[in-house]
Amino acid sequence: MQQAMMEFWDGLPVIMQIMTKITMIVGPLLLVVAYTTLAERKVIGYMQVRVGPNRVGPRGLLQPIADSLKLLLKEVIIPSNSDKYLFLIAPVLAIAPALAVWAVIPFDDGMVLADINAGLLYLLALSSVGVYGIIIAGWASNSRYALLGGMRSAAQIVSYEIAMGFALVGVVMAAGSLNLGEIVMSQQGSVYHWFLLPLFPLFLVYLISGVAETNRAPFDVAEGESEIVAGFHVEYSGMAFAIFFLAEYANMILISALTALLFLGGWLSPFQGILPESAFDLPLIGWVLDSGIHWLLIKTAFFLFCFLWFRATFPRYRYDHIMRLGWKVLIPVTIIWLFVLGVAVALGVGPWFA
Amino acid sequence: MSFEQFLFYFFSTVLVGSAVAMITVRNPVHAALFLVLAFFTCAAHWIMLEAEFLGILLVLVYVGAVMVLFLFVVMMLDINVARVREGFARLLPVGLVVAVGMMVVMAMVVGAKVFQVESPGRADADYSNTEAIGRLLYTEYVYPFEIAAVILLVAIIAAIVLTLRRRRDSLYMDPAEQVRVQRKDRVRLIKMEAEKK
Repeated sequence: MQQAMMEFWDGLPVIMQIMTKITMIVGPLLLVVAYTTLAERKVIGYMQVRVGPNRVGPRGLLQPIADSLKLLLKEVIIPSNSDKYLFLIAPVLAIAPALAVWAVIPFDDGMVLADINAGLLYLLALSSVGVYGIIIAGWASNSRYALLGGMRSAAQIVSYEIAMGFALVGVVMAAGSLNLGEIVMSQQGSVYHWFLLPLFPLFLVYLISGVAETNRAPFDVAEGESEIVAGFHVEYSGMAFAIFFLAEYANMILISALTALLFLGGWLSPFQGILPESAFDLPLIGWVLDSGIHWLLIKTAFFLFCFLWFRATFPRYRYDHIMRLGWKVLIPVTIIWLFVLGVAVALGVGPWFA
Repeated sequence: MSFEQFLFYFFSTVLVGSAVAMITVRNPVHAALFLVLAFFTCAAHWIMLEAEFLGILLVLVYVGAVMVLFLFVVMMLDINVARVREGFARLLPVGLVVAVGMMVVMAMVVGAKVFQVESPGRADADYSNTEAIGRLLYTEYVYPFEIAAVILLVAIIAAIVLTLRRRRDSLYMDPAEQVRVQRKDRVRLIKMEAEKK
């Protein structure tokens, strides 16, 4: 049976194999995005001692489907004084890079769509392209609020990209590779081999600039409701608006997955090197304890929860404070830690760089 | 025509088309966006030449950072297109001379003997362009590389110094000072006797 399936798979044209793989990544991703919106409303609801959505389906579980149906059926209004082409291209420019980056994310050993050797660089490049969707949306709407939101977001993303890039330089120095699979494999050993310990300041910087990069609270000045209505997407309605939302949540999941991959050993099990080898041979329990895609999903889910937690906890930063944090706090921290890291790598400080 | 050739011609057409559009469209924001498209397709060309490191870097630096700031400025300015175009006919001859001169120079460079080399074959699948560039930069070209780094550092410092000016008439708040504020700087608890009735 299995062999017949493998033969059938190998017999397919390459383009269909690639298409199937893309569907297998994008399909679940969009489902997770839909349910992240529900999780967000539920989690924040409970944190604020409310119940959150509970009307559609059992315990509100069908809420995302109702929401997406509503957005699909709504009219997309194009403002008469807007730049029509750019107005419609902007959501596409926001979602395309947010989905394209998933090509290089490894889910398990060898389970990756495109195993390219400059994977980390590709990630950084594409996530910086995503800002065009926001700027163009802000400008093409021909609205003051939208333009202000777009401008704020552009400045914020360009500044935090530097801190983020430096944090990633630290990871590359520690792993000695730009390939994401190799970065995870170089954290093999035990929990203490993960880059979380030697790169702890960079981990914090990466997480903070990740939140800023995705325009999430407390850095969501690009859409700050109390100041500029809804920022860059004031003029968008229906599906065009929904696509901006999809892109934001896809980016959130991406940052969570990347934090897990780069600093917490990705799909590696935390019990590796701690439990005796025989524990991994047990039926079922052994599979759960052993490294696998489920560990990556658990770690990603944890950081995703942190994103929601931050939103419920922190008040919004003021714009000049965001700039100060990015340029005067995060960048110096990364530069100092890169120097420390250089010394550690040169001296071969174990167990990470030995 | 192989698939690779098809890709080459496709990207080339888009590249030349967007470059032409960039200098002909009236709207400065559209022009900047066409330039972004030109950079992007150029990066695709580099990746097809197996220079994936440089290709991705082009997207990262020029598309992701430089052009964003460019757009930032262009969107803020209210450029009067008619005024910009005023001198077109008067400056056309000068422009033509410069264009022809550049074409001649480029033809001479491309036609030079040094460039008449056999195109190298395809590298192996496990060949890493990033590693090859790193090795060259830090061994053979280490001094030029370091000198370029120092020049860039000087440029950064110069840019900061040039913009460093305090305007005394503007109300300026220092966020760092605001963050450092402690409770005791703002709140004072006073013990006082209860008022007698």
